[in-house]
Amino acid sequence: MENKKWFSLNLSNRKKQSIISCGCEKTTENCNHNLVKDTEQKDGFEQVFDVKMNRRTAFKKLTASLLIGAGAVSTSCSVITDDDTKEKAQIDWEEQFKGNYKLMTDDEKNATVNRLVRSYELRTGKTISMSSKNAEEDVLFGYAFNISKCKGYMDCVSACVEENNQDRNSQMQYIRIHEMEDGKGLNFAEADDNYYHEVPAKGHFYLGTQCFHCDNPPCVEVCPVKATWKEDDGIVVIDYDWCVGCRYCMAACPYDGRRFNWSNPEIPEEEVNKEQHYLGNRLRKKGVMEKCTFCIQRSRKGKNPACVDACPTGARIFGNLLDPNSTIRWVLENKKVFRLKEDLGTEPKFWYFMD
Amino acid sequence: MKRFKILKSLVIDSIRTTTHGSKKYHLWMAFLTFVMLIGMYCYSIQLKHGLSVTGMSDSVSWGLYISNFTFLVGVAAAAVILVMPTYILKDIDFKQAVLIGEGIAVSALIMCLAFVVADMGGPSVLWHMIPGIGVFNFPNSMLAWDVIALNGYLFINISIPFYILFKLYQGKKPNPKVYIPGALISVFWAVGIHLVTAFLYQGLQARPFWNNALLGPRFLASAFAAGPALIIIVLAIIRTYTAFKIEDKTLKKIALVVTVAAQINLIMLVSELFKEFYAPTHHSESAYYLFFGLHGKTALLPWIWSAISMNVLATIVLSIHKLRNNFKVLFFACALLFIAIWIEKGFGLIVPGFIPGSYGKIVEYTPTGIEIGVTLGIWAMGAFVFTILAKTAIKIETSEMRYKKLDY
Repeated sequence: MENKKWFSLNLSNRKKQSIISCGCEKTTENCNHNLVKDTEQKDGFEQVFDVKMNRRTAFKKLTASLLIGAGAVSTSCSVITDDDTKEKAQIDWEEQFKGNYKLMTDDEKNATVNRLVRSYELRTGKTISMSSKNAEEDVLFGYAFNISKCKGYMDCVSACVEENNQDRNSQMQYIRIHEMEDGKGLNFAEADDNYYHEVPAKGHFYLGTQCFHCDNPPCVEVCPVKATWKEDDGIVVIDYDWCVGCRYCMAACPYDGRRFNWSNPEIPEEEVNKEQHYLGNRLRKKGVMEKCTFCIQRSRKGKNPACVDACPTGARIFGNLLDPNSTIRWVLENKKVFRLKEDLGTEPKFWYFMD
Repeated sequence: MKRFKILKSLVIDSIRTTTHGSKKYHLWMAFLTFVMLIGMYCYSIQLKHGLSVTGMSDSVSWGLYISNFTFLVGVAAAAVILVMPTYILKDIDFKQAVLIGEGIAVSALIMCLAFVVADMGGPSVLWHMIPGIGVFNFPNSMLAWDVIALNGYLFINISIPFYILFKLYQGKKPNPKVYIPGALISVFWAVGIHLVTAFLYQGLQARPFWNNALLGPRFLASAFAAGPALIIIVLAIIRTYTAFKIEDKTLKKIALVVTVAAQINLIMLVSELFKEFYAPTHHSESAYYLFFGLHGKTALLPWIWSAISMNVLATIVLSIHKLRNNFKVLFFACALLFIAIWIEKGFGLIVPGFIPGSYGKIVEYTPTGIEIGVTLGIWAMGAFVFTILAKTAIKIETSEMRYKKLDY
């Protein structure tokens, strides 16, 4: 095992490290960042200026003066600005210059979530609930798809769209259901992923694809600004506010797992799912990437993703790969499972099997 | 203090030089400004509505912008063909042309950066990419490498000519000890920027059309053909319209470089075609789509076949001494080669990488009017920048523009 040249997913003896995370991806011994930073409030640019005190305070002052300047400009330009407008401008400014979520402390995560909730309230008068819950220990999420059971009803697709606040205009969908002809094997090239007829169609079987949350995700490697990463519970997430929209991850994904907001996403206010997570289904803007997050807003609360609960045939199985008693582990141990494009070494945490 | 005074005088003189000229010059600059304005208007529409105004989609997620970016990196890298002989091998035949070559590199790099910015979904958060205040995924992301490579090369190519011109402006001789190390770095850096840009595509296991070891070397070969071809055309224009003397010998030497590079490029093309079509696998589908079309989808056929015929024709013409030494034929062949390689890098490389998609679905790509408008605008900007740089450089090199010499 140790001499393997390529990456492989290891479920049996995952190294347990109690790392005090400082965001630099090194273990405690190698990390030369000072770990006492929890005592201080850090935000925005300051995340990367965390080495020396004088520089940090200097930068803080700079930011503060910029803030005052912006405030002054916004008030002086308009004599009739009310408090709400000022607050909105203040929030927009702080949101524009906040840091990368991955490197934030829990306090900073809370702060940005509160700002986003308040911003939504100011704009629409409605209250949303947004979570910034971190990954739990000893959890690694995995997914299995039963090809024999799927009948192509696409209930998972509509549940996903509603749950995850996807753009209704461009009809963005994370899940694709491929209708394949019997007797031709897994022939994706001839499969139809855009059918409009009664299902199950005679002589056909169905196979769903979405983001596979690879354990060795190529999309994460290529991102120039670390706007996408793999969380400790195995979910590959995107910080929508840090993404610059270069779409390199889209070119790197072998599974068509990623979607881009080519225009401003639109969802009727009454259809917005208000139970949100910062890394999950919160509202996106134009020009950023998004994708399936295993419904992080649900799965981190111990619930199944929306597609799993919506499936009328029970073709979809979700659970904790590190829990030996979970259904997903039973499937992996008792069924003949396979994954797509395994030769690429991406180690998807999404398996297919048949009865 | 004195240096600042000279610098101030240089800036003032340059502004005077670039704002004065013949009627043709003013018409040319007005035309470029007009095209740039159209480009800016198109870009404002794109900013407002998002990238949905382009022809790109979830299937073909890079298009005209990234194609042009890739091509222009090659053009920029080609300056090395003039830099190395002049500064390091001390070949005086190239000396006249070297500053022009560096000017082309600078404007090509500015265009590259503009194309990348135009392709971004969120240009307002581009500061996330600036090392220091953003978060830079170095060394993992090849795009992060590319940002460093391109900006570094831009810096080298601005600083060396600036130093030389600054000295010449004062009537002094530039000190080789100052600029030779820079020139030496720039030689390696030029190869570097193009290899890094090739690795950007080559490193993606998801796209078998790009994921081959020949991509990087072929990028270099085509760059050293297309870049110097452009330099020949530009030099020909300059020597017709200005007092700047460029000898036939110089053009002939650059033509030889173009010829050899074009020949190597063709050999590599044959090697690629052999690999894709002798024993075709699932991974050859993109090549099939590109050259013959797949399932009745044939959008790229006219592009690639005209590119290949132009490429072959130009290479044959250049390989025959008699034809190459006839300047009219040479310029024609260079123009053919330039266009052929532009198509090859764009519609022949970037677009088919996405077709068929990850699951075999074929979605074709056609650029929209707005995309073409922005593209033309950026090309006009490149030409504008080059004209300004070249005009100033030529005035200094021909000793017309000198410190405290006001009689022109």
